[in-house]
Amino acid sequence: MATTPIAARRKLTTPPPPSSPFPYHPGSLLSVMDLTVPAVSHLLQRATALEHQDPVVRDRILLKRRIALLFYESSTRTRTSFELASKALGADTTLVSNLSSSIEKGESLKDTGLTLRALGAEAIILRHNSSGAAWLLEEATRLPVINAGDGMHEHPTQALLDLRTILAHLRPGVTEVGPETLSGVTVTIAGDILHSRVARSNMLLLPRLGARVLLCGPKELLPEMAAKSSPGIEIERDFESAIRQSQAIMMLRIQAERLAGLQLDLEEYKAAYQLTGQRLASQAPTAIVMHPGPIIRGLEITAGVADGPQSTILEQVTNGVAIRMAVVERALTTAEGGRQ
Amino acid sequence: MTTLAIRNGHLIDPAAGVDAPKDIFIKDGRVAEIASPGKLKLANGAPVLDASGLTVAPGLVDIHVHLREPGQGYKETIATGTAAAAAGGFTAVAAMPNTTPVNDSVEITRWMQAPERGALVRVFPIAAATRGSKGEALTDYAALKSAGAVAVTDDGRPILKDGIMRESLAAAARVGLTVIQHAEDTRLTQFANGAASMNLGPVSFRLGLRGMPAEAESGLVERDIRLVTELRELHPHLHVAHTSTAAAVAAVRQARRNGLRVTCEVTPHHFLLTEEHVGLYNTHAKMNPPLRSAADRDAMIEALLDGVVDAIATDHAPHAMHEKEIEFDLAPNGITGLETALGLSLRWLHKEWRMPLGRIMSLLSAQPAALLGIKGRGTLAVGSFGDVVLFDPKAEWTYRATESLSKAKNTPFDGWAMLGKVHYTIAEGRIAYAIANRQ
Repeated sequence: MATTPIAARRKLTTPPPPSSPFPYHPGSLLSVMDLTVPAVSHLLQRATALEHQDPVVRDRILLKRRIALLFYESSTRTRTSFELASKALGADTTLVSNLSSSIEKGESLKDTGLTLRALGAEAIILRHNSSGAAWLLEEATRLPVINAGDGMHEHPTQALLDLRTILAHLRPGVTEVGPETLSGVTVTIAGDILHSRVARSNMLLLPRLGARVLLCGPKELLPEMAAKSSPGIEIERDFESAIRQSQAIMMLRIQAERLAGLQLDLEEYKAAYQLTGQRLASQAPTAIVMHPGPIIRGLEITAGVADGPQSTILEQVTNGVAIRMAVVERALTTAEGGRQ
Repeated sequence: MTTLAIRNGHLIDPAAGVDAPKDIFIKDGRVAEIASPGKLKLANGAPVLDASGLTVAPGLVDIHVHLREPGQGYKETIATGTAAAAAGGFTAVAAMPNTTPVNDSVEITRWMQAPERGALVRVFPIAAATRGSKGEALTDYAALKSAGAVAVTDDGRPILKDGIMRESLAAAARVGLTVIQHAEDTRLTQFANGAASMNLGPVSFRLGLRGMPAEAESGLVERDIRLVTELRELHPHLHVAHTSTAAAVAAVRQARRNGLRVTCEVTPHHFLLTEEHVGLYNTHAKMNPPLRSAADRDAMIEALLDGVVDAIATDHAPHAMHEKEIEFDLAPNGITGLETALGLSLRWLHKEWRMPLGRIMSLLSAQPAALLGIKGRGTLAVGSFGDVVLFDPKAEWTYRATESLSKAKNTPFDGWAMLGKVHYTIAEGRIAYAIANRQ
């Protein structure tokens, strides 16, 4: 910029940015920023408690409550684990997907949400390809909305289940988390940060518990501005240097067509950023290896590493059910007016 | 003979150098006399407006509006758009050609000005610079000018090809028309596919939205200025629409120093808001050019205060409610602006940032009129059109989108404090808006 900030120089008052009305419903989980650190701690505790609870007792928590899963994108892990989590608490679930509903006929997100509410849905779990879609749905329905991934923006339950996985390995036995719990822990998030909602939710959550987050990837997939999005985030372009400093390595899926669109050479990408057994053994022999899935074996990660002893990939999937039980419970048992 | 007298008001007419209590007599749509208070000789029963306590100024001129007709009457019509204009104090608006079909013809240019459209204030069509605004072949500038077009542009679909832009500037210069460029090099998106939906920066990254870099604007402005320089023998006039970046304004400033005829406008939203106002996907903060960084917004304020900016324009872009109540990346660009421009300018530029009232009125009337060669407007000198706005400069009020006379309610300024309330808008001697007539 050629200009100095004149408003500062002349001390000009300018209109303040708006205050956010979101979330309208205290049971909603739209962003990891909707949760205070104590609320995160509480959710983690509830996840563990629910996981260990007698299924017959657990079944009564949300008995016959109605939850709609509204999915505009295909999904295996997220959809199934939300469904299993809801059913484990006794709720009735219904799945509406863009491919087998009036969405195909052009019904808007707002109208779809109002229709689900009219059908008796008490909460909506939304996966959508547009960033911010969960906010639109919440504003339209005023129901508790759980963001199960919105475009390139956020995937809060993924960050929570990743946190649970990290804690299990690096802070075993800890039952309460606070701002210092992950002090001294460095987490590398590597790959296509630009398009990743998993990266955004994790980089907004982990530093609030004391972790240092290193983002790693080529500039086309990791713009410099990423480091400015929140405190506690640094960029380390050198993959080996990043994992050498890390106790947890989070690999993100790479879409080959995206590399092609950005004129990145696939082989060069793999040479620089693929997590191989050799790299792991020489640079980070004790770090845990995480991946939100779906993994592309042989691209961002080798099959050997994905299946290897340091991998927590399937553990993350399992943790997803526990975390989502806690999040669904929160959605339907947090009364309006009282926020956690 | 129809007449209208305006008495007891305080006249501010910067083009005529008047800032004093004056009475005005309008006859047959034109200003017939400006007199000292109480000096007008009126026939018995002649219509008189009492402007006690009001500022009387030339009717405002907005050189950048979208009236949506022909073809998109569900968003706005020429009748409703000009009703909103009158409510905002505007007596003349220049309408962009991105209608359906695109206004690239004499027929549409005439159609827009026909009495059947029910315009409450004067509409000046701006015609497409290329056929269908496709950026390939020029329209007939001489014919369009004769039909009433005051400029040419492919607004919203910038002319990217150097050769076509050069031809456009040259052809427009030959017939004495302005080329208006919506400066946005759409080739500079960060993503391989998909349009941008906000400014590129930390906020777009955080929100996971595709961003358009500031260089997309400044780069095209610099390219256009280079073409104007090459063609300087022809004295082309380039007008940069809705400048939003520090670098674009810097380029315009430099071009002017070099003696080129390059002008620019700024919208209220670009001198007031930043990308932070997108908040959590507020589609009423989605427009093109997008809201920029605080440094860019501050540069717009500076450019207004130091005189580089020639006009405040609204880029009034009405959309139906259902079109904005969708996913942010899918929502159309644009916000309404005709009813809030004066109130925001007075509240912020005048009250907060101390720009003299006369300069604000000039940026909203005399300068934009002069810029497009619109004669007899933007001033109340004797012989000018009887286009007048009467407003209470001290009235503080709150804008309510639901009360808008526009068909559309898509504004980020709903609930904002305004300064200066329009009491009457008079277009060519007829009352186009009166506060008393509101329900």
